[in-house]
Amino acid sequence: MSEADDKQQFIPDVEEEEARSTRGKIQLPNADMPIEDEGRFCSARPHVEAPFRGAIEKFLNWARSQSLWVLGFGTGCGAIELRPLMTARFDAYRYGIQGRPTPRQSSVFIIGGYVSLKTLKRIIRSYEQMQNPKFVIGLGSCTINGGMYWDSYNTINRIDNYIPVDVYIAGCMPRPEAILAGFKKLKERIRAGEAEGANEYAEHFDWYKENQKRIVKDWDMPDYNW
Amino acid sequence: MTEPLFLHIAYAALTLFIVFNYGILLMGTTARIRARVQGRIGIPVWQPYIDIIKNNAKRTSVSHGVMFYLGPVFRLAGGIGTLMFIPVIFGSTVFGNFSFAGDVLLVIYFIFFGQLGMALGAGEGGHPYSAIGVSRGLAQMTAFEVPFTLSVIALVVQHGTLSITELVAAQQGGILAWHLFSNPLATAAALIAFLGMTGNNPFSVVTAPQEIPIGPPTEYQSSYMGMLQSNRAIFNGAKLVLYMNLFLGGAGNIFEMVLKTFALYMLTVIVGVSFPRFRPEQSIRFFLKIPAAIGILAVILTAL
Amino acid sequence: METLLSDLESRFGTTEPRQQRADLAFVRCERNRAVDLITHLRDREGYTHLVFFTAVDIIEQGLFRLTYLLHNPELHTDIGVEVDIDREQAEMESIHRLWAQAATYQRELKEMFGIDFPGSPRVDEPFVLESWDDIPPMRREFDTKAYSEHRFVARPGRETHETTEHMKQKLYPEEEA
Repeated sequence: MSEADDKQQFIPDVEEEEARSTRGKIQLPNADMPIEDEGRFCSARPHVEAPFRGAIEKFLNWARSQSLWVLGFGTGCGAIELRPLMTARFDAYRYGIQGRPTPRQSSVFIIGGYVSLKTLKRIIRSYEQMQNPKFVIGLGSCTINGGMYWDSYNTINRIDNYIPVDVYIAGCMPRPEAILAGFKKLKERIRAGEAEGANEYAEHFDWYKENQKRIVKDWDMPDYNW
Repeated sequence: MTEPLFLHIAYAALTLFIVFNYGILLMGTTARIRARVQGRIGIPVWQPYIDIIKNNAKRTSVSHGVMFYLGPVFRLAGGIGTLMFIPVIFGSTVFGNFSFAGDVLLVIYFIFFGQLGMALGAGEGGHPYSAIGVSRGLAQMTAFEVPFTLSVIALVVQHGTLSITELVAAQQGGILAWHLFSNPLATAAALIAFLGMTGNNPFSVVTAPQEIPIGPPTEYQSSYMGMLQSNRAIFNGAKLVLYMNLFLGGAGNIFEMVLKTFALYMLTVIVGVSFPRFRPEQSIRFFLKIPAAIGILAVILTAL
Repeated sequence: METLLSDLESRFGTTEPRQQRADLAFVRCERNRAVDLITHLRDREGYTHLVFFTAVDIIEQGLFRLTYLLHNPELHTDIGVEVDIDREQAEMESIHRLWAQAATYQRELKEMFGIDFPGSPRVDEPFVLESWDDIPPMRREFDTKAYSEHRFVARPGRETHETTEHMKQKLYPEEEA
């Protein structure tokens, strides 16, 4: 019996675990930099980037609508409908929709399904790392008005208050055909020049930040573009 | 070189333009072929153009410092440098490019130079996955350079010249004069090294999509990404033309060049879709065993 | 399993043995002797696999009922040990020294029900909820609808229909008159 006890007894060291945990101890990299260097890191506000005018912008919008790189971050249950979308039957690649692993390189963020507070922090952080122009698709009813989890203690009801959304696709979960129709709508909006979510975010930055900080009570992230 | 300088520059620019477009269409075409094999429809052939336009049309970009900016520039310089010393079409004034004695060593150097620059730039980005990708890339590159260099040495010993144009000239005179048939061991070693060079499976651990987010280009976006993608097209084209010149007898006209390089590229693609991925230590061990042995054998047999 | 159950009754004073199926039985045990019972089951009776360990909030009687489900891989039988603890001072001895993964279950119970397991590693760290500011949400006095309305902003214009009435009106409007 003592051998069985020895094999099964794993007592983790409490102090060692405490020392390794970084909760509440995040030190921002620009904490003690001179003012002129601070802007290279976390405290630079976003600016509204004015689009070009006329035919140039039309052409660039056409190019942006033909090459949509989706961030590979499955925020909720919507991600399960994105997988059949990429396979042979529905084949989103022929519309120029490719998955990219990093927010730096992607231009479309698909918020699939419910957003809990834990996910909301990561969504904000990933969204701010994407480059202007960027587009957000809200997949499913939970992004519109809370959906099935409207009375849950941990999910938000309107993703609109925290990041700007371009297209909503209703459903629980929408089928791949519905998602393709939503992408088609997004392309129409991009070509018409209406999908300026990044500029909207920069313009109403204070309002968005205030909403985010009010809902996320343990804010331990930098303010922008980390 | 009796022609005026600006004419040389114009010819070089024309060559670059043609190889760039050829590389992009090659990428698009093979992606579509791969899609059709998998039963899908696939991206349109001109999709990489749109991707590059879209990336350059991004309105903001994030830079992490001077070296971060110089990384893609070095890589592009490596790609263009490789191309400029290989005759794209043998015997043509327009596409003959530059040549001098010893340029095969310069070309090998340029292939390595691009990766080094990228390593420095990716390191400045500060992302841990970039660093992992960079260390894997450099390790693998060091490994596949061994059979490649041995094979080039075998060819040099066979003809006693270090100039690519003269190596191509030595292969004229019928199909059997190609190094593919006159020095098959060297060709075998170099083709295996070519699999590692193109970064297809089983040697795709450098960018390793789905494993580490894209590897070295993790932090690159906007115009940097556009530059990296353009370089990919140029570099692919340059490597294919190099191999065509060293082992398949060069090309007398554009049609022949397209045919030979396409066949060579499809070879790597077919191998790529059939294999899973090696880990870095497995691929290094692989390159240093049989391909290196074939290379050494090629050098010895050619010297005899 | 009847021999096992009667043996446990004589050794540890367990009550209410229920044989739910041929291979599943439950017993109830007192709080002071529960960990001894579980140790005995693990070490001497061969129930070496902790399947799960959870709590049920019985607000009418003012207690939490913890259930430890153990599995015997040789005999392929399961036994569930139920322990009642007081709802106001919810505290139970930790079993992380028997199975290391119990520390995670205990962390979850602390966060969701407020049951404390003194000595369990990292039991105070939040498990799933971040930026949480209220009582543990799985307790039955917690009103999730009121909390959601108070904390999260709803989109205006949301209507809620009683489904039977709504479908009746929609499909058979002439029967209303």
